[in-house]
Amino acid sequence: MARTLPALGVGVVVVLAGVALATMRVNPYLYFAGYVILQYVVIATAWNILGGYGGYVNFGTPAFFALGAYTAVFLIRSIKAPLPVLIVAGGLVAALLGLGIGYLTLRLRGTFFSIATLALSVVLQTMIINWEYVGGSRGISVIRPSGPPFGNYVVFLFTVMLGLAVVAVLVARFIERSWIGRGLAALRDNEEAAECMGVPTLRLKLFATTISGFLLGVAGAPFPYYVTFVEPNSAFALDYAVNALAMPMIGGTTSWVGPVIGAVLLGTTQQLATVTISSELNLLIVGVVLVAFVVLAPEGILGLVRRVRGRI
Amino acid sequence: MFSWDLLANAVVAGVLLGGFYAAVSLGIGLIFGLLDIANIAQPAFVILGAYAAYVMNSAYGLDPILTGIAFTPVFYVLGAVVYRIYYGSFERRGEESLRGLVFFFGILFIMEVSLSLKFGVDYRLVQAGYIGKSFELAGVGVSFRYLVPCVVGVAMTAALYLFLGRTFYGRAIMAVSQDQAALRLMGANPVQIKTIAFGVGIAAASLAGALLITIAPVIPSTDRDYIGRMFAITVLGGMGSIGGTLVAAIILGVIESLMATFFGPSWSLAVSFGILLAALAVRPAGLFGR
Amino acid sequence: MTRTRALIAVTLATLVVVAAAALVPVARAADPIKLGFGMALTGGLSANGKPALLAVEIWKDDVNKKGGLLGRPVQLIYYDDQTNPSTVPGIYTKLLDVDKVDLVISGYGTNLIAPLMPIAMERKLTVMGMFGLANNEKYQYPNYFQIQPAGPDPQTSTAIGFFELAARQNPKPQTVAIVGADAEYPQNALVGARELIKRYGLKTVYDKTYPPSTVDYTPIVRAIKATNPDIVFVASYPPDSVGMLRAAHEVGLQPKIFGGGMVGLMFTTVMTSMGSMLNGVVNYDFWAPEPPFLAIPGIKEFLKEYQARAEKAGVDPLGYYLPPYSYALVQVLGQAVEATKGLDQQKIADHIRATEFNTIVGKVKFGKNGEWAKGRTLMVQYQKISGNSIDQFRGPGKKVVLYPDEFKSGNLIYPYAAALK
Repeated sequence: MARTLPALGVGVVVVLAGVALATMRVNPYLYFAGYVILQYVVIATAWNILGGYGGYVNFGTPAFFALGAYTAVFLIRSIKAPLPVLIVAGGLVAALLGLGIGYLTLRLRGTFFSIATLALSVVLQTMIINWEYVGGSRGISVIRPSGPPFGNYVVFLFTVMLGLAVVAVLVARFIERSWIGRGLAALRDNEEAAECMGVPTLRLKLFATTISGFLLGVAGAPFPYYVTFVEPNSAFALDYAVNALAMPMIGGTTSWVGPVIGAVLLGTTQQLATVTISSELNLLIVGVVLVAFVVLAPEGILGLVRRVRGRI
Repeated sequence: MFSWDLLANAVVAGVLLGGFYAAVSLGIGLIFGLLDIANIAQPAFVILGAYAAYVMNSAYGLDPILTGIAFTPVFYVLGAVVYRIYYGSFERRGEESLRGLVFFFGILFIMEVSLSLKFGVDYRLVQAGYIGKSFELAGVGVSFRYLVPCVVGVAMTAALYLFLGRTFYGRAIMAVSQDQAALRLMGANPVQIKTIAFGVGIAAASLAGALLITIAPVIPSTDRDYIGRMFAITVLGGMGSIGGTLVAAIILGVIESLMATFFGPSWSLAVSFGILLAALAVRPAGLFGR
Repeated sequence: MTRTRALIAVTLATLVVVAAAALVPVARAADPIKLGFGMALTGGLSANGKPALLAVEIWKDDVNKKGGLLGRPVQLIYYDDQTNPSTVPGIYTKLLDVDKVDLVISGYGTNLIAPLMPIAMERKLTVMGMFGLANNEKYQYPNYFQIQPAGPDPQTSTAIGFFELAARQNPKPQTVAIVGADAEYPQNALVGARELIKRYGLKTVYDKTYPPSTVDYTPIVRAIKATNPDIVFVASYPPDSVGMLRAAHEVGLQPKIFGGGMVGLMFTTVMTSMGSMLNGVVNYDFWAPEPPFLAIPGIKEFLKEYQARAEKAGVDPLGYYLPPYSYALVQVLGQAVEATKGLDQQKIADHIRATEFNTIVGKVKFGKNGEWAKGRTLMVQYQKISGNSIDQFRGPGKKVVLYPDEFKSGNLIYPYAAALK
């Protein structure tokens, strides 16, 4: 607990640095790319709470992300709710879904759980497609509020996402170091044994799925204002499922630092590949990077660093 | 809107579709169901098979299904190579499942892009005498475009079933999914057995791809449509149950067909997956699970 | 642990430096005019995105051969938007702020244009849209121009010719079945079709949608057949267009008029594979190798060049659908730059709004919301196709233009069954 305060302090400093960066108005593209990368920091961190700590692989990341985004679309359209409301509401709705899949873990484990979340994603996407009010399959344009802080809405969104990323990472760090994290680790290693030892497995799992769902929804809520046009195919894109899984893998799943490193590394690679390579080769690079990392760095960057350090 | 005639037609069309789904899912039923390797790139191998059928069909007018059969050895070798890489990188270190998933996602992207670099992004189709033709039997229409894949799918299921149950290597594959130590005592090398199983699974993709392009046009990203269906069918059927895969595939096909005929086709996929969710909640091991 | 942290810090710092280095603009030679855009080179719309790109590249080469624009060479800077709208904001910001492009055009398709609109408005850019339906209705941005000849009422543009032709028949068909994919374009076309059904006083007997990943279309077609409609209007993307048409033949669906908004039938690989199965289908289109279009100056040279380069680019070998319009789009922009003698976005937009342009698709004049002043979405019928040779599609007579009347090149074979013989 003694180290929680310094961590909070670091978080505050990071946010302040972000605000400073926002007022500096360096190259605007950096804010756009930065927003996407930070969004992936939140997603990877959120996924890792359930997948990395608890060992339950959620394949339905797109469902949670899109639920956050579409909750926001609904609230923008119906009551023109301000951004903080969108973020909280998007998080809460996704958290409810998280609670739901938490009860699924009562009966489903391992790959069965993963497939169930995948199925959930398909069902949810069909519901959105048939819901005309939020754009249905045609999609919907979202007009940003005028007069944003920092003079530019994406710069503002960038700082908001930075704040959310810091919160997500702090939450993950707190969970990892508390009895919750130890309990989750125990049930990841052997659920029956953990149960016998008196670990409240169901409550822990429900907690993990709910928190993870909440953060994934939070990551999706500002998305409509970033992209200004939301349609089901891109909101439910396979990319989110792949990245949510790949980023913690690349970084390392056992520590909160892992997903952050993975998201920054893979997210930056993807962003750079998209805007520097004028052909389909950009996707090829992403594929090669995925394969190369998991083959060459078996325990993620963290593991690699540890091994290098061990040799010195 | 309801009529017995429509119902009969919908059920028959659903069964035919299910036979095709079974053909597409068999490979993953083997690789994922028996070996526990979540080969998410399997649909990409199916699309590769489709392109092989397309190339032979457009260049030499060869029947797609013949091509599919002819290419199985090539796919088998390809599968064996992929498994060896997978084994060397993950399984030997004992940390296969999750990292392997990322690995196969990478393979999926690489294959998609390679196909698009080689063949472009145009929709590709094949020609065969039976495409677009149909016959009627007691008021029920049957189109050859679905009948042929269904027959091939059922034949593939039967062949795989016999292979697993009656041959030495088949039994060894069944054994490797249950008890590797016992297998070693019998003098068989689990890695070799798994290589064979993986190769057979990928070889099945060659034929599945040929069936796919017989039914519908293909572009490199068509594989994304099948990821969910393949895994859903395998899980619903029960991991490792080849017969279960066929039953699950037919159930999914019939549901889709009935939904499309009587309610709204828009919901057909969601209903299929909803039923999968419900089935898993009631019977987590699938219909015919171990 | 401290050394681990240090290593991580170094890794991250290196990454940031590399990223920053990649963003520093490269020194320019000969000061070219830069034209920037995102384009679908992968994903669902790439079958159209890549041919569109080739057309723009041909225009660039043509212009540069003649000495460029304003005496400066033209340079293209483009990135793959992966048919994913969420990549668009990043791509265009990079183009504008890092690559410092002078002009932008949109990527291909409504969904990829939509996220570009707010960016263009915020920076007061002139933006040329490449085939988007009604993108500007919500924004009404004056400096947006759309090359798709949808006209002042985009929503009904796909279906209007189809229902107009149906209404002209005697006796007039009465019942309609409409069906389409759960995706952007088909849904828009269906909304238009529903409005036209009301306008022409027809009766809807079937109105359903299906997921684009559907594998078997026979149950849908059979359900349609059970309602026995006079008219069947289909709004579909390429895989489902093929699926619906094949299923219609297998099930024996023969309404009096069949087709409407089936994307993909005009793709060369689809035409040659489907062959005679296309006969009788009445479908929307934008270009056909019929006399009124082949007579326009410049088009033959363009197609010759396109077809010569198509194979290497891995795109549609004939290029009769989108490429002429993609070329026309940059032609308009280029002519406006020349006429205003500069790169002032507002002046370019004012000029485009006020001028009638001569392009390889004919005279282009923009009107309300930047759409064509007068719509020109064609209705064609596939006729007398036999076998699978590509050459039969090169000349007139296979894809006969029926609507609008001023481009008419043949007569409707009615009912549908008569064209199948």
